[in-house]
Amino acid sequence: MQSASGMRSLSVLSSRVLNWSLGNRSFSVSAEKPPFDKILIANRGEIACRVAKTARRMGIKTVAIYSEADARAVHVKACDEAVCVGPAASSQSYLNIDAIVEAMKLTGAQAVHPGYGFLSENAGFAERLEKEGLVFIGPGPFSIRSMGDKIESKKLAIQAGVNTIPGQLGLILTESDAVRVSKAIGYPVMIKASAGGGGKGMRIAHNDAEAAEGFRLSKAEASASFGDDRIFIEKFVQQPRHIEIQIIADKHGNVLYLPERECSIQRRNQKVIEEAPSPFLDEQTWRAMGEQAVSLAKAVHYHSAGTVEMMVDGDRNFYFLEMNTRLQVEHPVTELVTGFDLVEMMIRVAAGEKLKIHQDEIRPKGWAMESRIYAEDSLRNFLPSVGVLHRYIPPEEYEDETGVVRIDAGVEEGSEISIHYDPMIGKLVTHAPTRIEAINKMKTALDAFVVKGVRCNINFVRDVMDNPRFMSGDLTTHFIAQEYPPPGFRGHVLTELEGNELSAIAAMLHMQHKQQASAPVYRRSDVMSPDHIIGEQELVVTIEGTVGEVVKKRLHIAARRPKLGDVISTEFVITIQDRVPRVLTADLPSNSGLYLAKCTETGMVRIVQAFEKTNSGYILSMSGSPYKITIRSERLEELSKYMPVKVEVDHSSHLCTPMPGKLHSIAVKEGESVIAGQEICVVEAMKMQNVLRAPKDSTVKKIHAKVGQNLALDECIMEFE
Amino acid sequence: MLPTMRSLVVGIRCNRRWFSQGSLPAQPKSRVAQFKEELAALTAKAYKGGGQERIDKQHEKGKLTARERLEILLDEGSFIEYDQLLEHRCAEFGMEKQKYPGDSVVTGQGAINGRLVFVFSQDFTVLGGSLSEAHSLKIQKIMDKAMRVGAPVIGLNDSGGARIQEGVDSLGGYAEIFQRNVLASGVVPQLSVIMGPCAGGAVYSPALTDFIIMVENTSHLFITGPQVVKTVTHEDVTTAELGGAAVHTKISGVAHLSAENEIDALQATRRLFNFLPLNNKEQAPRRYTQDRRDRQELSLGRIVPDDPNTPYDMHEIIKKIVDDNDFYEIMPAYAQNIICGFARLEGRTVGVVGNQPLHLAGCLDIDASVKGARFVRFCDCFNIPILTMVDVPGFLPGLSQEQGGIIRNGAKLLYAYAEATVPKLTVITRKAYGGAYDVMASKHLRGDINLAWPNSEIAVMGAAGAVNIIFRGLDGSRTKAEVEKYERLFANPLTAARRGYIDAVIEPHTTRTRLCMELDALLHKQLSNPWKKHGNIPL
Repeated sequence: MQSASGMRSLSVLSSRVLNWSLGNRSFSVSAEKPPFDKILIANRGEIACRVAKTARRMGIKTVAIYSEADARAVHVKACDEAVCVGPAASSQSYLNIDAIVEAMKLTGAQAVHPGYGFLSENAGFAERLEKEGLVFIGPGPFSIRSMGDKIESKKLAIQAGVNTIPGQLGLILTESDAVRVSKAIGYPVMIKASAGGGGKGMRIAHNDAEAAEGFRLSKAEASASFGDDRIFIEKFVQQPRHIEIQIIADKHGNVLYLPERECSIQRRNQKVIEEAPSPFLDEQTWRAMGEQAVSLAKAVHYHSAGTVEMMVDGDRNFYFLEMNTRLQVEHPVTELVTGFDLVEMMIRVAAGEKLKIHQDEIRPKGWAMESRIYAEDSLRNFLPSVGVLHRYIPPEEYEDETGVVRIDAGVEEGSEISIHYDPMIGKLVTHAPTRIEAINKMKTALDAFVVKGVRCNINFVRDVMDNPRFMSGDLTTHFIAQEYPPPGFRGHVLTELEGNELSAIAAMLHMQHKQQASAPVYRRSDVMSPDHIIGEQELVVTIEGTVGEVVKKRLHIAARRPKLGDVISTEFVITIQDRVPRVLTADLPSNSGLYLAKCTETGMVRIVQAFEKTNSGYILSMSGSPYKITIRSERLEELSKYMPVKVEVDHSSHLCTPMPGKLHSIAVKEGESVIAGQEICVVEAMKMQNVLRAPKDSTVKKIHAKVGQNLALDECIMEFE
Repeated sequence: MLPTMRSLVVGIRCNRRWFSQGSLPAQPKSRVAQFKEELAALTAKAYKGGGQERIDKQHEKGKLTARERLEILLDEGSFIEYDQLLEHRCAEFGMEKQKYPGDSVVTGQGAINGRLVFVFSQDFTVLGGSLSEAHSLKIQKIMDKAMRVGAPVIGLNDSGGARIQEGVDSLGGYAEIFQRNVLASGVVPQLSVIMGPCAGGAVYSPALTDFIIMVENTSHLFITGPQVVKTVTHEDVTTAELGGAAVHTKISGVAHLSAENEIDALQATRRLFNFLPLNNKEQAPRRYTQDRRDRQELSLGRIVPDDPNTPYDMHEIIKKIVDDNDFYEIMPAYAQNIICGFARLEGRTVGVVGNQPLHLAGCLDIDASVKGARFVRFCDCFNIPILTMVDVPGFLPGLSQEQGGIIRNGAKLLYAYAEATVPKLTVITRKAYGGAYDVMASKHLRGDINLAWPNSEIAVMGAAGAVNIIFRGLDGSRTKAEVEKYERLFANPLTAARRGYIDAVIEPHTTRTRLCMELDALLHKQLSNPWKKHGNIPL
């Protein structure tokens, strides 16, 4: 099953390229002989699997590298050979240049694809390979080095005639420096680690105090993540959109720009949802951005795939942010709207092949949308969640006349999401003729995505897909902060229609389980017609979500006679309160927990995930959000009013770890009085420093945890009076 | 309903009088009509229990009445009441003036998902639900009938204790029930739901039954209450600390399940009942399922970590093997190093026992042995096949274990497994070390099918420990070589398989299919122990 779906996605990718035939036609050399015999993929997870797919299609043998913690990882199986390069910590394995070069020699790999992250933007690695006579599938060391440094790259961009944001190009050394410079530029300002990326080591400051705190935290994070604590500060653009230009360049001086990607849906500067094209840009702006991107690439003698990230304000002014000299996480949206296989292009230009395609042939076709599925707790400010994927069933990949559903993932059921690496489970990408159709495809796919064992952000992404502002395309990088103001996303609030659907489905499930339980004594007559009602009930369905009011629905459900050879009914007539009766069909949930209900009049299909049977009902998940459902007869409902209300324990007197991690520092002492919102301690998880603040004005009663201690989820750090 | 009937009768009489213009003398009621009126009044009184005021009080406490509880427990309209009119005969201490039809318990028969069950539900609103001779007689009657027809008994307990005014009659009443509990044990399933106080001698009736379900906050089980404890030991304790649901499901192991409230408890009882046969001569009902036997769970091969010392959750393995992910755990909060519960394979009930590496590395200790032993014996009584999932590094070492009698208690689990004649299916997922290997439904204890996953280790102990004993005082390099040798020999299932102690080494993802096929073959298994009055389990 797993391998079958792997095969399928492989064919999706290849048929796509063949259909539009641009992938092969874009090169002067025919695709008969692969450019390399064997390449090594110096990465893990989804990107390693993604690169391996293309390499295999091109007839290139692949070598995986893995750390001791990843011995059973999916990317190891996805490649023809695999070499262990060190222990779990990335610094000793995936970043271990000596071991990787040795692995190449051992296996005879001629080139290395670095994926993203790890060594993808390490000029030293590219240099080392050059020295060893091996090929780096990426740009040259000079391009990497000049674009890798934020201050250096900005200088080069200015020289190349690229628009840039006002800011201080010098390095900031002290907190008072940071405050002085910030004041000079004018708040709000962005404090950034020079070597940073992926949102790490970045802080926004609106005043002097925040500038000082931001400087300190960014510096510490930068030092921990990149071993480079250089910091700079620049003007923070208001109403900004993050729009980027994918470029592809060969070693013969040809540089092309591809359709833009809009990646404005970010949290903590980490992209969550990306799309191509942008709902905001016109062709003129795209071309202007593209031409500047090409001129920058030419200025640094760029070859391979790269991305020029721009910030675009409400008037379509755009400013250079940085250039990523690697394949981006979100590259699939560009692939789907252009029909190119960017990995194939990277491999071919690395081998010296020439780009044959012309700039004016490139134009976006349809709309592509990508959701990053992270192992994180979206109800707790997206804190990382680690554990074993006890259930992992991605939606089905397909390509037909309505569009594409593609999944790039590097996990399988039973995989572990560990604290050592990035918490991304995978990427769900859809393509359709229009934006709204791409969104609808995304919704359906998200509903059928089963992830259990770790918390994940499917509920959040699904909620964004329903957000009217998102649907209208009115995006900025502040979208999440504005649409989900503090305390942040707390769950989906059911609409009237959703409440009705969910209660109807719960009632069917209840009825089916009831029939199942009494099957041995259950009788049916053969003379009944198929729409004969064999049982009916008045039910009160109570739905409790993580947020919003408790929903109560009264309904009448009548089960029709089971289909021939079956014991349980699959067709029901449901009347909710005083609405018109509807006929719905549903089978018992499969072992995966998926439950599909179809309204026979409207043809609308609802996918619900059955998590757990409880004594009084079910835990069902709809649109990624869990709901506790209680099903009672009218009489039971009446009696339930006597049941004592469960008292929730007051946690405000305790400060508990919202995520598993290491206690980095404690800013208070026992007996000290604190005010609400004051910094109490810092917990480090996934290399991110998370400040925990006082929940209320109080006094510290007892500190339970020690600095440096590993903390489990919800472990008590300290108690307040 | 009843009052309406009466007014209708009165109405007709008035009409007649209207037509006869008062020329006739007042009509005497017929004896039957008089009796019917009296009966109707008694029935109405019986329905009201201790009266509206006491019912309201009961509701205020978050508790339901005896009859309301039966409504929830049983299928709608299935309840047939027995002895609604039975009254106590006590005439001392003014008791002759305090008579209630049916006394302080409601008894009868009903159905759960169409299957017959006998029930009693103590009525706290009538004299505090106290147990009188009459109360006891009613319970005895349904228990006797349950035994005659072979149907389970469910008791809903909510009683202040003995009817003190009746003295020894009440005590005798308890003992009569105890005797029946014991005779019914292993003949029909007996379930107890504790829904209020249950103290003193009264606790022993539930204690003799198969499963006890308690309601959080509103139910208590203890021998002596806080006041007596205070007088005798000078300890200040609350009823919750002495015998609340949390205490008995986590610490003492007296109760098997706890529920948030009464409705939850009664619905939990229905779920549990669905897994059980009606008596020891029948099989548990087979349930329709769409979950196919050939479903393969590839992830089963990944759940058990490479490192033999890294824990994992055995629940996940159990859920992936059984039908519809549906595993109903018994005693989930007590002795968590062993998992016990019911599930189904192709619709047939199995009792699942599993070592839990997440707790105490899955070691067997005193509590786990006793918990497992009782569960295995229950399954054996009622023809429920036992599926044993083994990952056990041994018995837990330590002073407290030895002094607490791990020998005697561990022997209970061994005894239970060895004695059981129901189909026994065993899967070793990783470790099966030492005596614990023997105990956990090994081939030697008449295991019908013993399977092992390829990474399993079946040995007397871990390799390092074994080498240390075989070659005491060996130098470092030779130790390493010997450890490797021991590992090669025993840190895999091969040696055991070569000797036939393991019937097959199977790929984890084929486990469900294999177990379903084996269970099919074992459907008509015939095996009996030698005749004996009863064995002498090391209690």
